[in-house]
Amino acid sequence: MSGIVKGIVVPGIPHPLLAPEQNEGWQRLRDGFEEARQELQASGADLILVYSTMWPSVIGHQIQARAEPEWVHVDDVFHDLGSIPYKFKMDTDFAHTLLECSKERGLYARTIDYHGFPIDTGSVVALKLLNPNNEIPACIVSSNVYADRAESVVFGKAARDAIERQGKKAAIVTVMTLSNRLFTEFIDPADDAIHSPKDEEWNQKLLEFLGQGRLEDVAQLSREVHRQIRVKKVVNFKPMWWMSAVMGQNNNYDGNVHAYAPLYGTGGAVISLTPTPSGFGDKEFDEDDVDSFGGDRNVVDSGDDSAPEPAPEPAPEPKSDTIHTDAAPKPVGSYPHARRVGDLLYLSGVGPRQSKTNDIPGGPIHDEKGAPRNYDIEAQTRAVIENIRIILEASGSSLDQVVDITAFLVDMDRDFAGYNKVYNETFGTIQPTRTTLAIKALPTPIAVEFKVVAQPGG
Amino acid sequence: MSEKGRIVAAALAPHPPHLVYAENPPQNEPSAECGWEQLRWGYEKLRRDLAGIDFDTIVVLSPHWQTYVGTHFLGVPHFKSLSVDPVFPNLFRFHYELDVDVELARMMHDEAADKGLVVKMMENPDFRVDYGTIVSCHLSNPDWNKPIVGISSNRSTAYYSVEVMQEQAKELGRITRKAIEKSGRRVLLLASNSLSHRHFTTEASVPEDMSHEHIYNHHQYLWDMRIIEMLRSGKTQEVVDVMPEFIEQAVSESDAGSFTWLLSALDYPKYDPEFYAYGTVIGTGNAIFGWYPEPAEGGTPA
Repeated sequence: MSGIVKGIVVPGIPHPLLAPEQNEGWQRLRDGFEEARQELQASGADLILVYSTMWPSVIGHQIQARAEPEWVHVDDVFHDLGSIPYKFKMDTDFAHTLLECSKERGLYARTIDYHGFPIDTGSVVALKLLNPNNEIPACIVSSNVYADRAESVVFGKAARDAIERQGKKAAIVTVMTLSNRLFTEFIDPADDAIHSPKDEEWNQKLLEFLGQGRLEDVAQLSREVHRQIRVKKVVNFKPMWWMSAVMGQNNNYDGNVHAYAPLYGTGGAVISLTPTPSGFGDKEFDEDDVDSFGGDRNVVDSGDDSAPEPAPEPAPEPKSDTIHTDAAPKPVGSYPHARRVGDLLYLSGVGPRQSKTNDIPGGPIHDEKGAPRNYDIEAQTRAVIENIRIILEASGSSLDQVVDITAFLVDMDRDFAGYNKVYNETFGTIQPTRTTLAIKALPTPIAVEFKVVAQPGG
Repeated sequence: MSEKGRIVAAALAPHPPHLVYAENPPQNEPSAECGWEQLRWGYEKLRRDLAGIDFDTIVVLSPHWQTYVGTHFLGVPHFKSLSVDPVFPNLFRFHYELDVDVELARMMHDEAADKGLVVKMMENPDFRVDYGTIVSCHLSNPDWNKPIVGISSNRSTAYYSVEVMQEQAKELGRITRKAIEKSGRRVLLLASNSLSHRHFTTEASVPEDMSHEHIYNHHQYLWDMRIIEMLRSGKTQEVVDVMPEFIEQAVSESDAGSFTWLLSALDYPKYDPEFYAYGTVIGTGNAIFGWYPEPAEGGTPA
């Protein structure tokens, strides 16, 4: 049976590999690696998938696809500890499947297959200690410096897709420290300690959660962890977002803290998570889930066909209480134009696109290559209201039955005045309640969308 | 060496690997049709000017040798290896061979240690020189006929603030100047950093397709022009003064300390620099400048 058989958190700083004898804590971590290795070997895993916070990428995510990368590695900072010769065995088929799955979810990603590519210290340490004889093929993925939660979660889900598609039994490894503040001066190994009491307190909280198998709860704390105990090298603390997404976004694991010790001031921990049907229970979940990545508006500019749009949703199966109308714009996903529930009529988000042609009155906000274009917000808003009228009337209702509107604008500063003016022309006298939000992007190149609740009428 | 050493030239010499890729030197494995000509032609002009100057050593501070504990100096006399850019491996797989002026590096290290900076010599022969150092050195001196001193970027901004980085970089600049003077060397300094530093997160299928190349956004461009205008008019102290704001607003790569280090080593020159080029690379803003200090009274002209 395929799936995730193990999750492992390990630190990437090289002291447990290169100098365990110099400090009792570094030796403890080395022993923790060994316990995790034994668990990994016994798990039946046929793939080790490594996400390393020490491999930063800029152009999407990178996936190591060289069959047998080989080098003598030296760490940029701790070069005096010695060199690390390595030769790893990679699962190249899996790497290419992960690339496909990433693209299917709208991500930009690429495989890396070059002699001499600098595999990061963290990945080298993890694979040398967890898989010293290359018994299990591995795959390493990067951590994009600009990626925030959505992109990290979607990349995790793409990895889950790839594991399922290939029928793998995978062990998921994240290379990260807990608190990541290094000492900024060279220390005697005997003097190593967690950098501050605050770092220690937060590390203990993370150890408690992960020891209880509460992976998704830790993922939900990522932003707070970043604020509290992470030196801000990247956009956010993201490995737990990715790991939890790969492992199914739940808290159902047996957690095992094998070791915890200071690593040059940072919090080093070796922790394993084994899926169990009787885990900690409900997750704390207060952020939107996300299944596909739409790109960063005003960032994506390549016009590269290799980064496809998300796959189209299957055709909807009409239900008796749902309303579809050919007179309104075709949905861009699997949802009806409206749905009647009790005494209320809920409309899906309505934009300005025209039903037959898909034209956008007032013009699109960017061209096919993503280059911004001038557009007319008033014309777009008028078209939105007209589409709402069409849907309401197809549902037996009308504009004057609208009770609540949530309006989404992609550029509040630019567009609010024009949108508000046109809005008032129709709804100024009807007086539904209203909320206006600025958001990053909408699924098509439009600037405005309304979410409407109305009375069914008649 | 009895004669007092000095900085005979200094350059803001950004390191996008794209520029080497587009040059198609024999050391680089991939090849390109064209690309980023404004910057490449700017480097050409820099090289033309440097050809008329006699110097012994290139001292370069690179943002891509990132050391979170102290400032490190290359301390191995000779390196020969393959440098693969971890972000753009499709563009930069460069076979390099270079000599290190270990004596000057050691003098800088010792001087810095005396002044209380946290420093270390890098003496592991298996160490791979970072691609920022290699790109800036190659584009400034493609013959590779001068030894280098490679200085790491102490990422103190990650732990403290830009202001602390500034003070450390200024001190390192003063130390660099002093060590050069003691050494008797005639030195070319390179600050290997771009200006605004927000990248696009996708890449065109033909990386050198210039129809996709432009500044990341207008805001970044305004900041780049502001800094360039100040540099062109000799307001280098003012540039250092606004550096924290520039870094915050434009995500500038000068957070590595290299640019502040260079201006401090030059003692904040007020004379006109040579402005060679401005151009963008995958959305980031890059400028190439040269400073050619006059010798002090009684000194040897360049």
